[in-house]
Amino acid sequence: MSVIYLLITVSIFVAIGFFIAFIIAVKSGQYDDDYTPSVRMLFDDETRITPKKNKSINEEKQI
Amino acid sequence: MSEQGCFHCGLTMTKNEEVNFDEKKFCCNGCKTVYEIFSLHNLTSYYDFEKSPGATPQDIQGKYDFLENETILSKVLEFQEGKTAIVSLNIPYIHCSSCIWILENLNKIQPGINISQVNFPEKTVRITFDSEIVSLKTIVYMLSSIGYEPYISLENYETGKNNVNRTLTYKLGVAFFCFGNIMLLSFPEYFEIKEFWLDNYKPFFRALILILSLPSFLYSASGYYVSAYKSIKAKMLNIDIPIALGIIVMFVRSTFDIAMDYGPGFFDSLTGLVFFMLLGKMFQIKTYSFLSFERDFKSYFPIAVTRINPNASEESVPVYDIIKGDRLIIRNQELIPVDGILMSEKAEIDYSFVTGEAVPITKKSGDKVFAGGKQIGKVIEMEVLHSVSQSYLTQLWSNEIFQKNVQQKHKTITDAISRYFTPILLLIAFTGFGYWIFMDANTAFNVFTAVLIVACPCALALTAPFTFGNILRILGKQKLYLKNALVIEQLAKVDTIVFDKTGTITTNKKATINYEGSAISAENHILIKNVLRASNHPLSRMLYDFLQEAEKIKTDDFQEITGKGIQGSVANKVIRIGSSEFVEAPIFETSEIEKTSLHIRIDSMYYGRFVFRNQYRDGLEKLFLSLSKKYQIKVLSGDNDGERSNLEAILPKNTELIFNQKPEQKLEFIKRLQEKGQNVMMVGDGLNDAGALAQSNVGISISENVNVFSPACDAILDASEFSRLDYFLKLSHKSILIIKMSFALSLIYNVVGLSFAVTGNLLPLVAAIIMPLSTITIVSFVTLMSNYFSNRNLR
Repeated sequence: MSVIYLLITVSIFVAIGFFIAFIIAVKSGQYDDDYTPSVRMLFDDETRITPKKNKSINEEKQI
Repeated sequence: MSEQGCFHCGLTMTKNEEVNFDEKKFCCNGCKTVYEIFSLHNLTSYYDFEKSPGATPQDIQGKYDFLENETILSKVLEFQEGKTAIVSLNIPYIHCSSCIWILENLNKIQPGINISQVNFPEKTVRITFDSEIVSLKTIVYMLSSIGYEPYISLENYETGKNNVNRTLTYKLGVAFFCFGNIMLLSFPEYFEIKEFWLDNYKPFFRALILILSLPSFLYSASGYYVSAYKSIKAKMLNIDIPIALGIIVMFVRSTFDIAMDYGPGFFDSLTGLVFFMLLGKMFQIKTYSFLSFERDFKSYFPIAVTRINPNASEESVPVYDIIKGDRLIIRNQELIPVDGILMSEKAEIDYSFVTGEAVPITKKSGDKVFAGGKQIGKVIEMEVLHSVSQSYLTQLWSNEIFQKNVQQKHKTITDAISRYFTPILLLIAFTGFGYWIFMDANTAFNVFTAVLIVACPCALALTAPFTFGNILRILGKQKLYLKNALVIEQLAKVDTIVFDKTGTITTNKKATINYEGSAISAENHILIKNVLRASNHPLSRMLYDFLQEAEKIKTDDFQEITGKGIQGSVANKVIRIGSSEFVEAPIFETSEIEKTSLHIRIDSMYYGRFVFRNQYRDGLEKLFLSLSKKYQIKVLSGDNDGERSNLEAILPKNTELIFNQKPEQKLEFIKRLQEKGQNVMMVGDGLNDAGALAQSNVGISISENVNVFSPACDAILDASEFSRLDYFLKLSHKSILIIKMSFALSLIYNVVGLSFAVTGNLLPLVAAIIMPLSTITIVSFVTLMSNYFSNRNLR
């Protein structure tokens, strides 16, 4: 029966984990611009139309 | 004739001007060059996302030479260490997904650029580059050459890194985290089943709930405690007092309940309340990041100018370093940053930023030129008379209205209501306490706290944010961009409207053109039009658009003489268009000289002149007629009263017209009206209205292109929507009505809740039901109502 203590504790920790991830995301500015990424995610496929092996375009663009 | 737009910029073009390249048609060589650059770097999918997304590159030779200056460079760069440098450039042209794509692929065009990232809402691109391989100047020139000229102004010089305030996002996150988890954990309690299993774990669940509520109570809600404390100190009752009181009482009572094992407490309601109220706050904040409502002259003025040193060498110096007696060089399209005396022979100065008047003014050597003008045409030289801060225009900003922070000058409608709400609430709470204390002390405390908990004006506090937030969005879609939600309330209070004339009620895109003189034959019309085609002077462009379409004939010997006119020969006839002096016109009466006109001479024959008058905006008459029924209308103008009779004919009888107003006088005029107790709305456009816009209760700036220029104000209105001003005002009245209706609705909830509370029957479950229910009804009610009113008034 006391497994409930364990389960609740684990679930709280999982929740806290997600919460920390949220804080980090906000801190790194991911919530500052909520429009551009929605357009940007459509681009990577399009660049294949012009095949030229430039430096990897898919590299993480962060900050 | 013009059937297809330019492949690059979409401009309609005429057959014999178009440039063919790579089986595509371009309107000019500039556009072709951009296409060439893109195709060279395999970036032609730029044209796949949007149809003709580009802009024609402008010629900017020498304009950004100041970026070589180390001190300026260090101010513009956001970060520099070793060879890595980061810069954020504002590019007003960014407008579509193609723009994002090309700007994020800059590294393919320009080696040395590592990463470039676009922030679309702010219209900026952040470029990380290797300063050993490429300089900022090269990058700026490269951007300009593909039609994305960055906008670097004096503002960049002063602001360091501005820290984004993300506190509200954090608070909302914390509040949601606590709310969600507490809701899950309190779920078993709602059923109140006397079961061994549940009873066994009750203390554990409750302890967890108590711990989980702490971040929400201590951090997320902290803004309300601060605001309540401040308002008590300022001896005024705002809505945050009952909120803060409710939250604190709720927390204390719930902790007490749990500690004494009386019940589960109200933690679910508490955290839900905090979350919903923060959500309302978030919803109310709708910012148009690409617009700036705080602009002063700094956003317009260049960061540096070219100075001629005594030894005749040229040097870029920061604008603030200019002193009296310096000699400056102002190039084509550059802004004059200080007052001075013109040294070159002739200059054409466009004061449209300052006055809204688009037609350039001709200045001769020795004339005074004022800061804020833009040179059009050749390079000019000038000698400085005043430094930047002492110039005619910039002095306006030393007025106190720009110094003090006028944020809390208005009382909001919510605060007005809460002035009555708070005392009544406390009265009920104490009456209930006083009644019960004689029967049962325990119940008395219960009732007292329950009243404060249930009456916590959550719904009341949510009404205004959601209504205003929604109206703000609706107005934004209709191209009236408000600085914040408070402006709506101010709009509804306005009783006097002051308009600026030039550029506000007149448009500088079009002009009424009348012809005076001997008739021009159809043939000659064609000739005139062909000569005009080659000229870029605003008057020529306007006249060109005014004349009928004509076939294209090649123009020879075209000459544009700055400040005088244009000359060219078409079909062996010499045509001169320009000032009366230039075309040697027989002299007209002197009183007419004020008018802007173009005289025409073909060969040796003088024909006549085209007279340009200000064209009033479409729908002006109708707008003023409907406004004059409800508001006092006044028109202020910086010009002389030449237009008086014209205006009086158009505008309603009781409109007051005041001419010859300097920027400071406009400000004073508004101030005097306010001292008489009037709520003034100022509608203006140029920098010369900036003082009046700041002084007025609501300052609306009219802008032909919202992305580019507008002085500091409370709202920016797209010029095309000018005639709908009365609709916007009506909508603001409606939104106040909505708020009042929804206040009534939320009071009903409060009464229902209070009836539970006063009788001592407020169970946590009841609170947990009433709270979200009232929130949802209020939010949906105001959203539906505001959408309904905005649509109904559309017709």
